[in-house]
Amino acid sequence: MNPAEVMEFFIDHSRCIGCRACMQACEECDTHRGVSMIHLETIMRADSVQTAPQICMHCEDPICAQVCPADAIKKTPDGIVQSSLKPRCIGCSNCVLACPFGVPKYKAEINQMMKCDMCYDRTSIGKRPMCATVCPSGALAFTTRDNIERTRQGVAIRDWQFGGETVRTKVNVLVPRGVENINVTIEQIGVTRTDEYDVAVLLQGD
Amino acid sequence: MAKLPITIPELVAEFGPTLNRIPATGWNADVEPDRLVKTHCCFCGQQCGIQLKVKDNRVIGFEPWEDFPFNQGRLCPKGVKRYMQDEHPDRLKAPLMRKAGAGFVSVSWEEALDKVAGEIKRIQQTYGNDAFALVGGASLTNEKAYLMGKFARVAVRTANIDYNGRLCMVSAAAASKKIFGIDRSANPWSDIPLAQAILVAGANIAECAPITTEYLWQARENGARLIVMDPRMTPIARNADLYIPVRSGGDIGVFNGMLHVMIERGWINREFIDQHTTGWKQVEEVVRRYTPDYASKIAGVPASMIVKAAEIWGPARSSFLLHARGIEHHSKGVENCLAAINLVVATGRIGREGCGYAMITGQGNGQGGREQGQKCDQLPGAREIENPEHRKYIAEVWGVPEESIPHKGLSMVPIFEAIHEGKIKGLMAISCNPMVSLPNNAYVREAYEKLEFFCQVDFFLSESARYADVVLAGSLMEEDEGTTTNVEGRVIHHQKVIDPPGDARADWTILCDLAARLGAGDKFHYSSPKDIFEELRVASKGGVSDYYGITWDRIDREKGVFWPCPSADHPGTLRLYEGNKFNHADGKAHFQPVEWRPAAEETDSEYPIILTTGRVVSHYLSGTQTRRIGALVDQYPQPLCEIHPVLAGKLGIAEGDFVKVESRRGAVIVRASVVKTIRPDTVFVPYHWPLDRAANNMTVRAIDPVSNIPEYKICAVRVSKVEAPHDAIAELAMEAGGVR
Repeated sequence: MNPAEVMEFFIDHSRCIGCRACMQACEECDTHRGVSMIHLETIMRADSVQTAPQICMHCEDPICAQVCPADAIKKTPDGIVQSSLKPRCIGCSNCVLACPFGVPKYKAEINQMMKCDMCYDRTSIGKRPMCATVCPSGALAFTTRDNIERTRQGVAIRDWQFGGETVRTKVNVLVPRGVENINVTIEQIGVTRTDEYDVAVLLQGD
Repeated sequence: MAKLPITIPELVAEFGPTLNRIPATGWNADVEPDRLVKTHCCFCGQQCGIQLKVKDNRVIGFEPWEDFPFNQGRLCPKGVKRYMQDEHPDRLKAPLMRKAGAGFVSVSWEEALDKVAGEIKRIQQTYGNDAFALVGGASLTNEKAYLMGKFARVAVRTANIDYNGRLCMVSAAAASKKIFGIDRSANPWSDIPLAQAILVAGANIAECAPITTEYLWQARENGARLIVMDPRMTPIARNADLYIPVRSGGDIGVFNGMLHVMIERGWINREFIDQHTTGWKQVEEVVRRYTPDYASKIAGVPASMIVKAAEIWGPARSSFLLHARGIEHHSKGVENCLAAINLVVATGRIGREGCGYAMITGQGNGQGGREQGQKCDQLPGAREIENPEHRKYIAEVWGVPEESIPHKGLSMVPIFEAIHEGKIKGLMAISCNPMVSLPNNAYVREAYEKLEFFCQVDFFLSESARYADVVLAGSLMEEDEGTTTNVEGRVIHHQKVIDPPGDARADWTILCDLAARLGAGDKFHYSSPKDIFEELRVASKGGVSDYYGITWDRIDREKGVFWPCPSADHPGTLRLYEGNKFNHADGKAHFQPVEWRPAAEETDSEYPIILTTGRVVSHYLSGTQTRRIGALVDQYPQPLCEIHPVLAGKLGIAEGDFVKVESRRGAVIVRASVVKTIRPDTVFVPYHWPLDRAANNMTVRAIDPVSNIPEYKICAVRVSKVEAPHDAIAELAMEAGGVR
């Protein structure tokens, strides 16, 4: 396929409005009907209305697969990190603990890990993933890199630094121009407070 | 006697709301649908395209419809889960009759319709024709809305018909008509991303019109600057270039203050004003007083915000105003809209690509539902009921003497006042749930209890239908066929997806059968909704909202047609006012000077806090449909009171505490959600719930003198921490009005 026609996944957190259409639509997907594989994080609702959708980022060298003692997590040749294989998964939750994005979830009722496979049943036949199709805000988009570069002000990146760990993902996030990778330091993790969106502060004026 | 036949918990046990959580064919993936039907979502004025999966006359799921131009496959959670209202355990499948002490019993259609027609006749013979009132809804198709208007004037022959769009769109409608002569958004949504400056006034777009978000964000990618006015920092306000946390009811301060600064800085288009408008001098005179300091006191925000708004809006080359219920739901709702639209006219930025304004219609057919003649003051084609020419034309279409058409009747709130006064004795309603949606709920309940006869057409037993003597089992959108007109003025086609279940019937057949029993059968001979549309086309011909050139075939072929479309070879009107041609007799836009005035009920020492009400993303209107869909209820199961930590601290309230929110008219007990994203002088409670969780227990029965819209967005309350309630209503499921 012409690289210009390759469809990729892009997340723009600044666009997310927290409507949960992605979660509601995800559980309508045929391979896992009734279970949503996408998470929507509500970040400090007391302080802000910011929300953040989290699909599987589909790492080039997936940590979930690295730490799996049963070799139950496979990557397809086109780079999709699949949900755990039922005959192999032992429900140990190593992947749940290891994933830097908090994506895999252990489902006790089936004693198995399940996660987003980027709607492989849809994308493999030319359809867009359910979440990126319905997303009303364009926070989730499944399109060509060319189209994103033409229509968005942000820049798409896929390199992450988690402490000493470097991760490259198949899924892109849109960040302001000039940012080249996302460096998540230990200090950033944990509870922070902000008054940036405090209406009482805004009302005090300049 | 329109009283509850049995207790509320007993009614809830039998008729719900209960939650549908599992698709008709289960969660299995191996069920191949028989058909995929391209139709539209029914849950707001945007009317997104959607495909419903059908198996054995059951809706079993959905698939995005990516080719439909408005939403291109996008859907909000309501659209995604809409199919769960089908195959629902609460669905009414036969007519019901009230039996005191026993609840409701199923009866035959013959018995039910005879009873309704008999009561209409009895009441009208005893008390006069206007003693029987009709109430319609803006979720009805154009065909049904048209039929309701005709049914009232030709079959029932009452002046008193109105509809729940009166609670939604009428302020915007009246303002647009005053200034431009047409009640429709001036521009298609495709103009939004082309604007350099966007002003969103009183519209929680992320939750109430989610699909519009992409249009806004795309505008910003193109370099637009976004201003959002709202007492709450909504999800779109978070990323706006300028967020103005305006005090509810203070909007005119911002609008007039902006215009004041724009005049001072020379950011108005004097050439356009001279050539294409009237009334500018009066506007200039009024806004002279609105210095940023003066305006800021009215708006309740720093003066610098008003100046900055003018600096964004004033010099922009292109601009788009979007307004919704936040400025419209006021006893000065029309004036709020006028002041906002004055900002558009003063710059001359209208009638071109990327230049104009739109009102964000809230209900499914909010636009079309108000054009076809179910308003108390209108005839089809947005014609005026007191205009002799208009009456004459419609009388000819209907084949009745002009003098037989009743004159202007009462609007929604005055209908309920007339019930209280004993002037209206009988009521038939469809597609509305005033027991949740009208202000001052206790007053509404008392009105129902005073009726001699009440009939509701419904698919679920809504909170209002519980008071009915007869409930006629009607149809969901997907069980009938027809057109609606979306937020842009685009007329679209809802396909019939399945047949109504059991003995439930398509609404239009119910009205036609009743008309026959009232002796007007010859005027209601239709074999399908398409027949009704064909008559509607003729009835609208030459009117402001002219559908004459629109056919169902054209709609399907062109993916919607924009009115006015006066002839078959007319392409439809994507954008109004091109070439600065406005719809008044003089061809000009008419500025309207607006002076701020207080709300009907401002705060005082006894009730010191402002209450404002609104929606959440997973529910639609009075919740009759969405409070029955498990996934949507899980997302937002019960109303919360949003309160700023500063105010919560003063009142000793912490996150999750039970609070009593109380006005002079009533109260709710709900949990507190302590958030910094709301003004510290204001609390917010969403209105989708009934009984002791109904935000409209508190709201004030005050209406705009022109539009008659109620003042949902401001009343005075006090808030206090209370113990968890354990009464019978509190113990109900949350979707039924309980609290946890």
